[in-house]
Amino acid sequence: MSAHTVHAMRFSVGDRVKVASRLALGHCRTPWYLRGRSGIVASIQGAYHDPERLAYHKPGLPLQTLYKIRFLQTDLWPAYPGPTDDHLEADIYDDWLESVP
Amino acid sequence: MTTSPTRKTFLREGAGGRAVHDVGGLDFGPIDRSEHDLALWEKRTDAMLILLASKKNVFKIDAMRRVIEDYGQQEYDRTTYYQKWIRAIRNLIVEQEVVTAAEIEQRMREVAARHRDAGREVEADHIALTGSEPQ
Repeated sequence: MSAHTVHAMRFSVGDRVKVASRLALGHCRTPWYLRGRSGIVASIQGAYHDPERLAYHKPGLPLQTLYKIRFLQTDLWPAYPGPTDDHLEADIYDDWLESVP
Repeated sequence: MTTSPTRKTFLREGAGGRAVHDVGGLDFGPIDRSEHDLALWEKRTDAMLILLASKKNVFKIDAMRRVIEDYGQQEYDRTTYYQKWIRAIRNLIVEQEVVTAAEIEQRMREVAARHRDAGREVEADHIALTGSEPQ
């Protein structure tokens, strides 16, 4: 991965971020139920070839930083019946994340 | 007498602008957790994917996901896991010009004839290239 261009890392562990709320044109790895939801960066998984480009036989560059985002279940499901601190973690690519002021 | 065609599936409640595969959080009832043995063709499909995607680099796994996600809802819902795989592999080896559609159809006819000669049941239309085989 070292020789390839990669977007500068925008977020650090502990940052609050929001998943973009937009329609995907073509392949994407961001599930619908997380779009528009906010969470915390739990870890940084590394830089990976972009699946949205690999899906169309392109080289998948620039590399995308992949973050593990932690969401509270109660933020995702309005009638969540479990404990209020239950959470869900999902891997989200950089270009689906927005900073939360 | 004519009758109206019956819908096989219904639009998903609250699906909004989701892609057909992206069903997280929609209500589909309980999950069937029963285990089942894989058929030989399913194991071969798995092996073919590994060869094409990892060893031969014909396409990436992301391209296979893209093809499967592009199915219409009816086709998506009524195909099994490995049926989705083998159809996507078929489409992608044509898309990447490994073989032509005509070559696949020719081979399917040969295999179907061989099976018929051996007295086996043939469901040759099941992976017709149009993807919209008769019921």
